[in-house]
Amino acid sequence: MEASVAISRAEGLGRTLRRDRWWVAPLSVAVGLGICGAYATWAIFQGRNYFAEPYLSPFYSPCLGAQCPEEIRLLEFGWWPMSPAILLMWVILGFRGTCYYYRKAYYRAYFIDPPACAVGEHRGHRYRGETAFPFVLQNLHRYFLYLSAFILAFLWYDSLKAFFFEDGFGVGVGTIVLLVNVGLLTGYTFGCHSLRHLVGGNVDCYSCAQFGDGRHRLWRGATFFNRNHMAWAWTSLIYVCLADLYVRLVASGIITDLRIL
Amino acid sequence: MSERTFRIYRGMQQQGEIVAYRVEISEGMVVLDALHDIQEQQAPDLAVRWNCKAGKCGSCSAEVNGMPRLTCMTRIDELPADQPITVTPMQAFPVIKDLVTDVSSNYAANKSIPAFKPRSPDAPDGSWRFYQYEVDRAQEFKKCIECFLCQDVCHVLRSHGKHEEFIGPAFLVRVAAYETHPIDVEDRSTYVKEHGGIGYCNITKCCTEVCPEHITITDNAIIPLKERVVDRHYDPLRRLIQMVRRTG
Repeated sequence: MEASVAISRAEGLGRTLRRDRWWVAPLSVAVGLGICGAYATWAIFQGRNYFAEPYLSPFYSPCLGAQCPEEIRLLEFGWWPMSPAILLMWVILGFRGTCYYYRKAYYRAYFIDPPACAVGEHRGHRYRGETAFPFVLQNLHRYFLYLSAFILAFLWYDSLKAFFFEDGFGVGVGTIVLLVNVGLLTGYTFGCHSLRHLVGGNVDCYSCAQFGDGRHRLWRGATFFNRNHMAWAWTSLIYVCLADLYVRLVASGIITDLRIL
Repeated sequence: MSERTFRIYRGMQQQGEIVAYRVEISEGMVVLDALHDIQEQQAPDLAVRWNCKAGKCGSCSAEVNGMPRLTCMTRIDELPADQPITVTPMQAFPVIKDLVTDVSSNYAANKSIPAFKPRSPDAPDGSWRFYQYEVDRAQEFKKCIECFLCQDVCHVLRSHGKHEEFIGPAFLVRVAAYETHPIDVEDRSTYVKEHGGIGYCNITKCCTEVCPEHITITDNAIIPLKERVVDRHYDPLRRLIQMVRRTG
C-alpha cells in the first residue's frame, strides 16, 4: 500500500472518474445538430430560390401556398403569407425530434441528462424522463412517421421529375443530388423504430398471426435498416441540407447545373 | 514484468477512501487478477465479489477508470499505461464494503415482473410447437448474465436514484424476453408503464454500451417495449381501429 486520499464517488454535473475524452461525442453532436438546425431554419424562412426547373428543394416539397410557382404548386393556400416550407416543416421537425436516435443525441448533448455514460449530472432537478409533459409527447413518434411517409412519397415524385427537363429526358448533377437525397431519407425512414414495431415487431407468434410470414419478412427488412439508424439519421440530415444548398445555388444563378445526359 | 498503480475504493457506504497499491503485472493479466494479488500480498481484508473469472457469472462487476466493467474481462494492457488504474464499486448501489455492493434492489425488481404465462399446449403430450426464427428475439435476451452493469450505468438509477419507480434496463430485458416469446400470452404493457417505469428511460443507450454480452438492450428490448406501451396507452387511432374490428 502506498498512500491514501480522501474519496468520493463521482457525483455532480460533469464529475466522473472516466479518463477518456467523453465530452467529444456530446460536443460534436451539439455542434453538428446546431449547424444543421441553423441552416435548415435559414433555408425554410428564405421563401425563394428553392426551385430551378426541374429541381425542387426537398425543404419545399410538396409545395403548398400561393407563393409556389404554378407548375409545382400542390395546393393554393391564399391565406398563407410566409414561406411555403414553414407549412410542412413541423412534420419533419416532429419526426426527427421524436426519433429514438435523436432523442439519445439531444438528451445527451443539449439536456446533459446525462452528458455521457457514467458522467455525473445535475441532481437538483426533479427528473421525470418521458413520463410527463413535455417529453411524454415523444410517444407521438408514429404519427409523425405516418405524415413523413406522405412527404417522402412527394420527394420520390420530385426526384423522378428531376429526370425530365424542358428538352426531354436527361440527367443533371441535380438529378443525382435529389435521387441520393431521397434514397438516404428512405433508408432513415425504413429504419424507424416505430415502423419496425408496426410492420411486425408487435407480433409474438409469427406462425399463429395473420400474414405472419410476410410480417416477419417486413420486420427483418426494417431491422436491416434499423441497425445503422444513427448513420442514416446523420447522413440524411446533412445531405438534405446539401441538396437544398445545391438547388438554391442553381436557382440563384451562382452555379450552373451540369447536364450529364 | 512491470508495475502498475491501482487506486482502489476502501470503506463502507458513508465513509471511504481511495487507497493506492503497486502491483507487478505479467502478460495477460486482468483487473481481477490484480485485485486478487493485492488481497494476497497487501490487503487481505479487501472485499471483492467474484466467482467464475470467465465473464459468465456476472459477479465481479465494478467500475474501472470510471466505467462499469467486469473486472475479470478487463485486460490491464488495454488500459492507459501512463496512468494509475482506478477501481471503485458500482455507484448505483449501496456499498457493503470496498468493491462489494448491495444489489438486492434488483431482486425486488425481478420479483415484480408478471411471470411467463404459456398458452395451452399445442400437442397432447403437453408440448408446444414454434419455429426457431420466432424465438430468436427472446433468445438474445436470455444471454443476460445479471452482472447489473446496465443498472449501474443507467442514469435513472445511478444519478436520480429511482430504484423504487424504475426497474432498470436489466429487467426490461427480462420483460422483453417474456413479451416477445411466441407462446407467452401475458400482456405486460401496463405493468411496464405503471410499475416498471419505462417512461423514465430516455434511451441514452448507456446500458447497451456497457453490456458484456453485447445484448442490444435499447434497440431490441426497451424501444420495442416502449412501442407496446404506446399501442396500449398513447395511440387513440389504433385503439379506435381495434374497437371497430371487435364490433364489426
